[in-house]
Amino acid sequence: MAILKVESLRKNYGSLTAVDGISFSVQPGECFGLLGPNGAGKTTIIRMLYGYTPRDAGQLEVFGLDIDKGLREIKRRIGICQQEDSLDPDLTVRDNLVGYARYFAIPRQEAVRRADELLGFFALQNRAKDKIMVLSGGLKRRLMLARALVNQPELLILDEPTTGLDPQSRQLLWEKLAELKKNGLTILLTTHYMEEAERLCDRLVIIDHGRILVEGKPAALVQEQVGHTVLEIADPDQTLRDFLAQEKCRVEDLGSRLLVYLDHGDELFLKLTSEVRAEGCMLRPAGLEDLFLKLTGRELRE
Amino acid sequence: MIWPNPAQISGRSLRVWQRNFSIYRQNWKISFVPPLIEPLLYILAFGVGLAVMVGELEYGGEKLTYTNFIAPALVSVAIMHNAFFETTYNSFVRMYYQKTFDALLATPLNLEEIILGEMLWAATKSVIAATLMTCVISLCGFFSFPGSLLLIPLALLGGLFFAALGMICTALVRGIEMFNLPIFLGITPMFLFSGTFFPLQNLPGWAQTLAQFLPLTHLVTLARGCSLHVWSGELWFSLLYLLVATLLLVPLAIALMVRRIVV
Repeated sequence: MAILKVESLRKNYGSLTAVDGISFSVQPGECFGLLGPNGAGKTTIIRMLYGYTPRDAGQLEVFGLDIDKGLREIKRRIGICQQEDSLDPDLTVRDNLVGYARYFAIPRQEAVRRADELLGFFALQNRAKDKIMVLSGGLKRRLMLARALVNQPELLILDEPTTGLDPQSRQLLWEKLAELKKNGLTILLTTHYMEEAERLCDRLVIIDHGRILVEGKPAALVQEQVGHTVLEIADPDQTLRDFLAQEKCRVEDLGSRLLVYLDHGDELFLKLTSEVRAEGCMLRPAGLEDLFLKLTGRELRE
Repeated sequence: MIWPNPAQISGRSLRVWQRNFSIYRQNWKISFVPPLIEPLLYILAFGVGLAVMVGELEYGGEKLTYTNFIAPALVSVAIMHNAFFETTYNSFVRMYYQKTFDALLATPLNLEEIILGEMLWAATKSVIAATLMTCVISLCGFFSFPGSLLLIPLALLGGLFFAALGMICTALVRGIEMFNLPIFLGITPMFLFSGTFFPLQNLPGWAQTLAQFLPLTHLVTLARGCSLHVWSGELWFSLLYLLVATLLLVPLAIALMVRRIVV
């Protein structure tokens, strides 16, 4: 049975359609990614999942419970790490966890035990008595994540968990999330960091303008939609363009840069570098970012 | 706008109350200062400085000193201020800047319970302030007992009313600076013209009629009647006014906050 089932979900804000018929499901123990540029509708979807935002149409089932009938039970069993920090600035680090446990009717002794355990897991035990104001962005995120786990959720929902963090904090969070996943936690994650999705997600959807563009396993999707490797050429001249025109390959022309998508082998790269020019040519594996840009376009958003 | 259904509300509202209370407890020594000092300052300024010029005045057939006259009003004003400022500035900060409501909405609590919990807490602050002030004023010998004990449930009722009124403002303002409007057009005029510092009879007829619509007028009437043992049938009318208004405003405040937050 799917942990989460979303069917034909819709949300309009006036004339703007934020979510335009989205369907997907998340299986037990998997990490499922919602990818999309800013404004694609990711946060709106997340907010509809825990009843923060009412939906206009569609069905939502979590743990097999209909969200309209079992919202309280659902919220008791999920952990949500919202995009914006909503830690309680009036409380210490530890009291943020212990206090939050009260809303789940967890007895105080048990709440203190879990709080200490989570502080240890996220390497926050030395900051237990600090006020929220003195924490760095990375520490706040770790505490947000710890707080989302205080009710021992069966499904963890993360809305852009690493946006705005430095590489150290991001790596640490990824490690912790991977560990949680290994212990069998089901995770739903939104992000626009491809590295994050590649590292954590078993399956994902790419969303834009409130619709799903593609769904699948990250590596398979890249292989299928982009290819095996990408040849990047800086400052191409006419000779180079002519050379590529003769070869039968997929070229994306960005003006000052060419991207050539290759399905297999490096013959073309070897031929190009030996016969035309080697300078500014680079062969690299195709990645999720290539797929993402291909599907959602290169123009700036917002 | 959707009116709250009583079935939506559970004891979880008290968790929100508990959150605010535990933070209040951290600073209780500071929070206790205003209700303890304020009545002393007023009694000193008005009771000693002004009372000699005013002399005695008649209220409900009884002769009262000026200090006696204003003492219950001071408690009433504190009930109004404590609740109103809690659900305006403080609730707005929690809602808008601290995202406290967002965090709570990710737990089994619903918005209706959160808003009710906030209002119950604001009313509790009124009760704490009223109780402390009653102690101080009684020690100075201005209140009669046992009637003054009724100020405590009265503070709960009045506190809940002004908490709901404040929450309605919070649901309607665009930004925090807009609270100046209800304060200077509503709260300050009420503070001055609700029979607080002079009997309503001193006002022209039309203003007396107008004052009968102000909720603080009725809170002051009740507080004065109870604490000075000036009983009259008028008190029942004032009680009815506050009860009905509170029963209307509390669900209205919840409905308006839901309209504001849920999009």
